[in-house]
Amino acid sequence: MPISFELTEAARVAREHFHRMAAEQMRPISRQYDDHEHDLPREWVDWYWQVGRKGGPLVAGPGDGMVQVCMQAEELCWGDAGLYLRTPFAGLGGSAVAATGTKEQKERFLSVFQGDGGPAWGAMAITEPSAGSDSAAIQTTATLDGEEWVLNGIKIFCTGGEGASTAPGGFVVVWATVDKSAGRGGIKAFVVPAGTPGMTLVGLEKKLGIRASDTATLRFDGCRIPKANLLGSAEVKRGQKGGDKGFKGAMATFDASRPIVAAMAVGVGRAALDCLKEELARAGVQLRYDVAPAQQSALERDLIQMEAELQAARLLTWRAAAMMNRGRPNNLEASMAKAKAGLAVTKITQKAVEWLGPRGYSKQLLVEKWMRDAKINDIYEGTQQINLLIVARRILDYSSSMLR
Amino acid sequence: MPIDFTPTDEQALVVETVRQFAENEIRPRARAADEAHKPADEAIQAAHALGLVANGLPSEHGGGGERSAVLGALVAEELAWGDLATALAILSPALVAYPVADQGSSAQQKSFLPRYTRDAFVPGALALLEPGFGADAFRPRTQARREGASFVLDGRKCMVPWLAGGDTVLVSADAGGTPQLFLVPRDAQGLVATPDFYMGIQALPTVELALSGVRVPAEARLGGERGADLARLIARGRVALAALGVGVARAAFEVARDYAKEREAFGSKIAQKQAIAFLLAQMAIEIDGARLLTWEAAWQLDQGETALREATLAIDQVRRIALDVADGAVQVFGGHGYIREYLPELALRNARGFASFEALALV
Repeated sequence: MPISFELTEAARVAREHFHRMAAEQMRPISRQYDDHEHDLPREWVDWYWQVGRKGGPLVAGPGDGMVQVCMQAEELCWGDAGLYLRTPFAGLGGSAVAATGTKEQKERFLSVFQGDGGPAWGAMAITEPSAGSDSAAIQTTATLDGEEWVLNGIKIFCTGGEGASTAPGGFVVVWATVDKSAGRGGIKAFVVPAGTPGMTLVGLEKKLGIRASDTATLRFDGCRIPKANLLGSAEVKRGQKGGDKGFKGAMATFDASRPIVAAMAVGVGRAALDCLKEELARAGVQLRYDVAPAQQSALERDLIQMEAELQAARLLTWRAAAMMNRGRPNNLEASMAKAKAGLAVTKITQKAVEWLGPRGYSKQLLVEKWMRDAKINDIYEGTQQINLLIVARRILDYSSSMLR
Repeated sequence: MPIDFTPTDEQALVVETVRQFAENEIRPRARAADEAHKPADEAIQAAHALGLVANGLPSEHGGGGERSAVLGALVAEELAWGDLATALAILSPALVAYPVADQGSSAQQKSFLPRYTRDAFVPGALALLEPGFGADAFRPRTQARREGASFVLDGRKCMVPWLAGGDTVLVSADAGGTPQLFLVPRDAQGLVATPDFYMGIQALPTVELALSGVRVPAEARLGGERGADLARLIARGRVALAALGVGVARAAFEVARDYAKEREAFGSKIAQKQAIAFLLAQMAIEIDGARLLTWEAAWQLDQGETALREATLAIDQVRRIALDVADGAVQVFGGHGYIREYLPELALRNARGFASFEALALV
């Protein structure tokens, strides 16, 4: 396969399709669900479930078409990143099931997303009050009791957690330890179907941005699920090499999801940059590429840098996705894309607000919202620092004990 | 063709050949050449035998007929990884040959191309940059005045590669309101070349040119009567420079990474400290991002586009990241980074140049 930047016809069509969806279905209600933080965006959820999802899968697992999945994420987050995260789809929980589940588990948990019932959501619950990036420090426990696992603990910052824990058909993939003494080797992922007794939606976070997204706190209190809802094997491996398909599989989910998150970030950054360029064009300001660097205006210099940063982030994202399509390990490249995109769009959206002056800061435009939305991309799914740590270990060929 | 970022087997083979060449022939000579302000002639001659420029020239004029901007970018990165000044010298024949191949009249191609495909190395020269504040390579101040069957050139140029043995310099000038290019003999009457010296690329001989009443025949205008497109040429220059900058950055990154894994402080390798490890991680990310931007612009060129926007995004990114990476490498080396014995010092001087360079090489 040669170096090629050509989109396939299918990718072009898909891109246009999702762009239209973003412009027509998301943008008109963007401000409303930013203002009304915890309201369910009925128009979007119902429209997507009845019409939108027929256009193609929003989040596919590893396999073909990851570049296309990234393009879809970019387009829809160009529309609205908060609404995108509130979309009824299998989400990160679905990615975990797709990556590590058995055929039976995939059938049991994922078919609802192709079914004719009501809207359903999938979510992943990892973070706890005292375990964020350090997911090996998880305190939530899972104990086998006969034919059931019993979960106890508290999970926070669960994206999509309201829909996934309450709407029938959906599920939350919960990370819990079966043996605290085994460290990360004891950590396993469990599928908890929506409405399972003992799983309680405690509340939703009030956030800087992506306010249409339901970021939930979930409590597990003697929550019982079938033994067959464990993803991967129950075997506990000890020592540094510890972990089996459970922890490693869940970590591998990130290799699949980080390019998508990076693509989402690029979508938000592009929204702000597009808006800035439109406002400038309206004001008669032309961006010149045929000029010596020392002769550029400050505006041109910033704009070209913003464009270059955004495109670098997009290409790093597509590279990580393309590698996945070919079944090549992309742990390094996925973290590179995520680190680059998260930081780039944080800066790009901040610059866009700056260059638009009071209008950029005002709620007349959506740029201020995009700046707030953008920041999460440098935090969730692995902070900037965690991704740098992963990249550093890879390029230095260091284990996690050699570079902590 | 779907999106992909893997060189073909054929490209990978060329890259590996040039990488080894850079490691064995260029890098070992780089420091001495820089100190002596003299080109590494053995390396340049040996590189010429690889046909890196000639392979891209049309076969009817003796070339290999395999021009590809993507391959050109791949090669440029490897050469500059060895040494930037030597890479510029090796690629200098393209400064005349590629514009003639791309935009020259058939008479110009017949007359100028064969010399760059022969066994003897013939350097090229391109005079775009001008001294003085406000200078802009897209809008030359040098004037070309039509006088009957001649053009008369007046003006000043700087940072013009001027390796021994060259016979032609391609000069940009404003011809009645549009920028044009002229094939000028290096020994033309009224043309005075004065050596000039820069902070970096010291192993590449460069000159300032004073042109006063330099008379060339009308046929010396690149493209003949229809003329040439300067922006197209600069776009190709920006892609080449971006690739070279990525090579400079990668070289600096690699030595910094290796040094950090050797150097001990406070009981561990400094690479085991996040302050150093994160800096190295950022370097690696920025280098890869800049390389992909460069490849995208090169790929656009190969599709027949002018690709000025893509080329500009690539070089814009490289101007920043090459400097940042080289500076970071000096920092990782600490006091040793400031010492001329080690690569980061040279990388930092070279990297700063990309803010000033325009079309010092072409793909």
